[in-house]
Formats: sequence, structure tokens, C-alpha cells
Amino acid sequence: MSGVAVSTTINGDDVEFLCQPEETLLEVLRDRLGLTGAKEGCGTGDCGACSVILDNRLVCSCLVLGAEAEGRRIETIEGMASGDKLHPLQQKFLEHAALQCGICTPGFLMAAKDLLAKNPDPTEEEIRFGLAGNLCRCTGYDKIVRAVQDAARVMKGA
Amino acid sequence: MGFDPRYSARNLTSVGTRPIRPDGVDKVTGRARYGADFNMAGQLIGRILRSPHAHAKIRKIDTSRAEKLNGVKAVITAADLPDLTDGDSAMYDILDNCMARTKALYDGHAVAAVAAVDARTARKALKLIEVDYEVLPHVTDVDEAMKPTAPLLHDNVFTEGVDPKPAKPSNVAKRSQFGHGDIEEGFRQADAIIERSFKTEQTHQGYIEPHACVASVNSDGTGELWVCTQGHFVYRQHCAQLLGMDVSKLRVTSSEIGGGFGGKTHVWAEPVALALSRKAGRPVKLVMSREEVFRASGPTSATSIDVKIGARKDGTITAASATLRYSCGPYFGTWAEMGAMTAFACYKLDNVKTVGYEVLVNRPKTAAYRAPSAPMAAFAVESAIDELAKKVGVDPVEFRIRNAAREGTRSSYGPVYGPIGIGPTLEAAKNHPHMKAPVGKNQGRGMACGFWFNFGGQTCADLNIGIDGTVSLAVGTIDVGGSRASLSLVAAEELGIPYEQVKAVVADTASLGYNDMTDGSRGTFSSSMATISAARNAIQVMRQRAAQMWDIPVDDVAWEQGHAIAKGEKYGNLPPLSLKEIAAAAGKTGGPIAGHSELVADGAGVSFATHICDIEVDPDTGATRVLRYTVVQDAGKAVHPTYVEGQYQGGAAQGIGWALNEEYIYGKDGRLQNPGFLDYRIPVCSDLPMIDTQILEIPNPNHPYGVRGVGETSIVPPLAAIANAVSNAVGVRMTHIPMSPPRILAALEAE
Repeated sequence: MSGVAVSTTINGDDVEFLCQPEETLLEVLRDRLGLTGAKEGCGTGDCGACSVILDNRLVCSCLVLGAEAEGRRIETIEGMASGDKLHPLQQKFLEHAALQCGICTPGFLMAAKDLLAKNPDPTEEEIRFGLAGNLCRCTGYDKIVRAVQDAARVMKGA
Repeated sequence: MGFDPRYSARNLTSVGTRPIRPDGVDKVTGRARYGADFNMAGQLIGRILRSPHAHAKIRKIDTSRAEKLNGVKAVITAADLPDLTDGDSAMYDILDNCMARTKALYDGHAVAAVAAVDARTARKALKLIEVDYEVLPHVTDVDEAMKPTAPLLHDNVFTEGVDPKPAKPSNVAKRSQFGHGDIEEGFRQADAIIERSFKTEQTHQGYIEPHACVASVNSDGTGELWVCTQGHFVYRQHCAQLLGMDVSKLRVTSSEIGGGFGGKTHVWAEPVALALSRKAGRPVKLVMSREEVFRASGPTSATSIDVKIGARKDGTITAASATLRYSCGPYFGTWAEMGAMTAFACYKLDNVKTVGYEVLVNRPKTAAYRAPSAPMAAFAVESAIDELAKKVGVDPVEFRIRNAAREGTRSSYGPVYGPIGIGPTLEAAKNHPHMKAPVGKNQGRGMACGFWFNFGGQTCADLNIGIDGTVSLAVGTIDVGGSRASLSLVAAEELGIPYEQVKAVVADTASLGYNDMTDGSRGTFSSSMATISAARNAIQVMRQRAAQMWDIPVDDVAWEQGHAIAKGEKYGNLPPLSLKEIAAAAGKTGGPIAGHSELVADGAGVSFATHICDIEVDPDTGATRVLRYTVVQDAGKAVHPTYVEGQYQGGAAQGIGWALNEEYIYGKDGRLQNPGFLDYRIPVCSDLPMIDTQILEIPNPNHPYGVRGVGETSIVPPLAAIANAVSNAVGVRMTHIPMSPPRILAALEAE
């Protein structure tokens, strides 16, 4: 069978897959590995719905090739909670109703996790610019920003 | 037993609280399944070939090379979707829009489709289809399309609503008119008149989830469709009719929906996916790309509107008129009609007249977008109102309060209003701290009002009592933004049990009776009514079961706080029976306990809002910044106030994008220049401030809890509120939406 053999780590698990050279990481995650939490909103890196963390860097998985995952460490929304315990960001998104339709939510959560890892105490403006690569059409962002502010408070106290 | 939908002022304990939604954990963990997240065994991948021309006759389509490609399992054209519409012109338009029959009518119009073993093969196959086009002259601008010299989209369209019928065909599909009184006389009484023309550009709903479905048609005429939609029963109806299937043999399951805002009330690719599946004999998954979403689904009308309003020195409006031209894409629509109905709905007017024209253009078929047609009309009217208030020297809020419609007012579109919220939202805005905050240099404050009808429609619900005393609620209105939480609250309220004991789901089309789609802000209004009715029917059954368990007459059994109570001193020693106890005994008292409801939810309460915003304009670049935004809106009764706030904020944000940035840009060649989120820029997090909300509750007399719809009205005022703010900031009246930096600079330079 033709294809590129790739060995990578996803959410802490060793994963191997074959993919076509032109296949994106998003396609591999969704269509080959069944990890459909990352969504395709545009396929051009403009909406952030496919955000994952690649070696501690937030990326649009639609702009990364599957083959580029070789030897890397990938975090997706499916790995955000620990067992049945939600991550504080997930919990605060629920409490603040920071989602309506929810299609952008996995991308926002990954982006917010990356933001708080780099800046545990962001101002409102830093949150707004930190999440500016993610589109939400339902909420007007108000409740998303509040959820991230609240989660940052909880995570600092933890 | 008849259901009494009338409002009764009672204390509500569950309704009005803010619990976490039942579908929440699935959505924050990535488990929720949206349109593209579902697969079937043996499925093929479908792709659609689209016209690169704005207007072209299709002479011939040669699919033979594509069919021969290894891995291609079906190729279809319009010939595979024969016309079964039987004279139903609206359905014919839907069919033609799904797959062009004789002419491609816009850039992006579907002309053929393939199903192949994978996406790569499907893409290759599209390139092998040869379409012989005869390119025709096109027109994309609404004013240009109305000219007698404009290229005709259809030679059989003679303007409806004009007597006598016009002798020549034109691109004006319909004329409609509303109003009352004598506007000429009204304008004679005016001390001041404002007369202005406005334009708004075409926008897209911009839902983040592209259209997606998985279709499976069997050789025995049965089929299944998994799809993201705002109305799976309507999709079933339309698909079955276009494919010639029996309605009951097509089972449609709605996925979680990643935004719709009206854009997922219309079928686009679903009949194509079903036709591909039928031909290939295998399931077909069809997902639109973002470019396809922009080119071929959704957009609103572009508009051109003239407004004339006159007032006396004391600030009383004496007459108001408007002429509204709305593009409807290449097919008949009722968009200008709705614009003409809503334009002056906020005001008490003795003399009012509006005329709407539906205009055919070579752009995608116009679709509903949140309070469809109302934002553009409100932009024109509320801009003129602001200017007129200034001209007669009355504060703009005070001017609107003086002329606001109230209970008993005959609306500009006909009906007489019951209790309504326009006056109260204006009073609340007037007293809001936002109104008193200082305004700095290069900044402006604007405000505007908005109206939407709201809708009820056909609805049903099933409420099943589990043997452990928990309750499952099946509804047929798609949950677009949290309605499962709201409806669970309503079931809990009516039954007198905790919210946590109720689980609401959206049933598929084989498991519940017909429901209209989630549009017209009807989701929570109509399904809560059906839920209340179903719960009351279940309570009736539980009272009977309790009576049986106690061996007393059912009339002596009351239902209070989740318990059956034996009424009267003679039963003093009978302890109440809980819902849980009655449910546990169900197997011995007559079997499963359920409540059902099928109804038409009449009496949707009209909705009004007033918005305030502060804008700063950079005079060197024309760039704008929204500094502060406040929404005041009447909800009737906020079932889940957090989600009501979310609707207010979301509508405002969409309106802000529409006002400042978003527009379809067509080249001279009639092709869409910006079919992507990079060039069609919707607001991002850093573009917006927090959006303050104030919920007013003026009960709708036609709902047991007073609920009105809340989803749409919030997009109506922003265009005008921001235009008024920008105009106040720069000292020039802005008349063209969006007010992008180049347009603001041009307006400043023209001054």
C-alpha cells in the first residue's frame, strides 16, 4: 500500500498510521484515527476550529501535513479531561455557557489552554488577542472571555 | 383534554434558573457528533461540480471520462433528478438550485456531482467532467437588475402584485405593499422631513460548520439521511418530494448543528447526496467546503432602500414611507415583503406606506438570516429617525419614546398589537448608565430599535416517565443554542421535579410527529408549549394511577410539587405518592406512563429591542472600534436567562460584523471574490467589547409562562445603532453598509 508511515504521540499514546503525502493532520485525525473533536470550519487556517497543540505550539491542524506529525507530540480535545474529571477550562465553559452550537468549542479550548500555559494571568485584552485566531459565530465571545478569566483564577489557585 | 395556552402569573421555581446544559459535556470533550462526524460502513465521498460563470446556458455535459475513472461509483447531472414537482414552482426552484437544469444562474451553481471511493478520486473525477457553457450577460447588483436594459434571468417572470400584469418580463419578481392612512396628507402636516437612500451589501450567516450529510438510499425505496439542519422534518419532506420517495420511508436524523442562523432551513446538497446514493447503491457522505458554503449557500439580500419620514415640531411623526428593493438571488423570494412589513413596526403611525420589490440577480439563492430582511429595513428607518429627531431638536431616545407603538396600536403591517415591549426597552435604555457615560474625541454614541414577528407553528413532544422516576423528553425542534436545557427546565417545572431528573433529546423523523423547523425564534416558544401540554397529560395519567393505588376517585387526587396528593380530610392518613413511587408501580397499574402533545403553537409574541453602542473612528484610516455595547430586549419570560443573554450577545455581534465589515464582493465577471473567512471577515474576539444585556419580561399572554421568542430580534438594531454612532462620531451621515474603512474615508473626503 502506498502512503507515508508515521509514528507519533497523541494525547500521551503512541500512535502509528499510514497517510497520503498530501493529507492534512486534520484529515488524519478525523478520518483515519476517529478523533473527530477537531473540526473543519474552513480548511484554510482562518477559523481555528481544528486547533491542536503540536509540541507545545498551537496550530491549525488543517495547515499541518499528517506526515509532519512524525516524532512529534500532539494534544487534541479528546485528551483534555483527565479520566472523568474535566479540565477547569472545560468546566468553566459549561458554567458560563460559553458555547451555543459548540462547533468552535474544541478549538477554543485548545487555544485557551495554550494561552494559559504561556500566560497564566492574562488581561482581558490578552485573552481577546490570544483567542483572535478562533471564530465563534454564536456567542459574541463575551461568555468565552469570562469563562477563560474564571478558569485562569481557578488554575492559579490550584 | 384541551390544552389552555394562556398565561397565568404563577411562581416558577425551575424556569428562570441557569443550570448546565444536558449536551454540555459532550461538546467540551469533542464527543458531540456534528454533520461531518458521522460515517456509515461502505460509504462513498460525494463532491459537487459548480459553475464558474454567473450566468450561462448549459449546452451539454459529458460525464463519460469521469465515469470511467477507477473508483468512481456514480456521476449525476440534472437528468438524474427528474422534475417531480408537479407544478409546485417553489419546489421547482429548490430542485433547480440543487442542480442547474438548463442554465447556471450564479457563480457556484451546482451542475454535476460524483460519488467515489475517496475524496481524492472524487476531486479527480470532477476535473474530468466536461461542461459546454454558453456564457450569457449577467447582473449582480440589485439596482442594476431592476433597469429595463438589464440581462434577464428568466423570460417568464412578470412582476407579481402589479395590476395589470406587465407586458414584458423583468427581474422584478414581485411588488408588495403595506400601510394605512394617507401619507400625502401626513407629509403636508410635517414641519420637518428627512428623505434618504440607503444601501446594504450581501452578507452570509457564517456558521462555522459547513453543510454536511450522509445519505443512504436502498433499492427498496427506503432511505436514511444524517444531516446538520435546522429542520429535519422539512428536509425529509423536501428530499422525499424531489427524489420521489415516500415521506415515511426516509428517516432523517439531525446531527448536532454547528450554527445555522437561517442558513440551514433550506436543502442544498442533501437531495444530491441522496441521488448519488441511489445511483451508486451505497451510502454517500457529502460535506461542503467553506468556499462552497459562501458561493452556493445562504446569503442575505443586498438592498437598496429609500425612506421618507416627516414630523411636527413637537416630535410627533406625521407620515412615513419606504421603498425597499431586496435581491433574492435567481429565484422568487419574499424578502422585500418582510422588509416592508417590519420597517416601521416599532412605531405608532397614522399614515404609513411601504413598498417592496423582490429582485432577481445572478447571485446565490437568498436564504433566511436571523430575522430575515428586518436588519436592513431597520438600518434605513432608524437612521432616518435619528436624523429627523435632530432636525426637530428632540433627543433621539425621547423622539422614539414619543412615537413608540403600544398595546392597541395598529401595526404598520396590519395587526393590532397586544402587550408589547418597545416602550419599556426604550425607557430602560434611556435610564441605562451607558446612556450617561462620557463620549470622547472621535467617538460617537448611537442607538436604534428593532422588531421581529416571532413564529409558533406545528409542534409535538413526547414525555416518557422512566421506571426509576426520571423523565425523557423527546422534541422535534432542533436545538441550535441550548434549547434542550430550556425544555428540560420547563418539564421539571410542570412536573414539580428537579431539572437533573429530566433528559431532553431531539428525536429523529421516524420517532416523533412532524415539527416545523427551528426558525422564527420558535424553538423554545413552541416546544415549551408542547412540553407543558405533554407534561400535563402525563400528570393526568399519574393522578389516575395514584387514584387506583389508593382506590379513591381520581377527582380527589391533586398534583403538587412532584407528588400525587389525596385531597380532603377523609384521606388525612394517606401520605403523598411521589412521581418516583407512581413510576415504580406502573407495571402493575396499567403499564408505561407517558404524556404526548401535538399542537399548533399559535400566539407567538412579537419582540422588540433597543441597542446602544459607542464607536471610535480613526479619522486617518477610517477604522472603527466598538467601545461599548448594550442590548435591551423583551424576552416575555427568560426560561434559561444565560442562554437568553447568549442570544442577545450573539445577534449583536453578527449585526456588528454586518455593519462594519462583512460583504460579498463580486468582480465584473460576476464571480465572488471573497469566498473564505480570510477575506470575508466576521468579528473575532479582539474586535469586540463585552456585550451588556438587560432582559425585560413583558409576558406573552398566549403562553403559559409568558415566553416570547428571543433568537432573532437581537440582530435587527445593530446596523442602525452603529451607523448612528459612526455618523455622530464623524459628523457625516453614513448610508452604505458595511461601513468599512474605505467607505468611511470616502464619506469623510466627500464632506
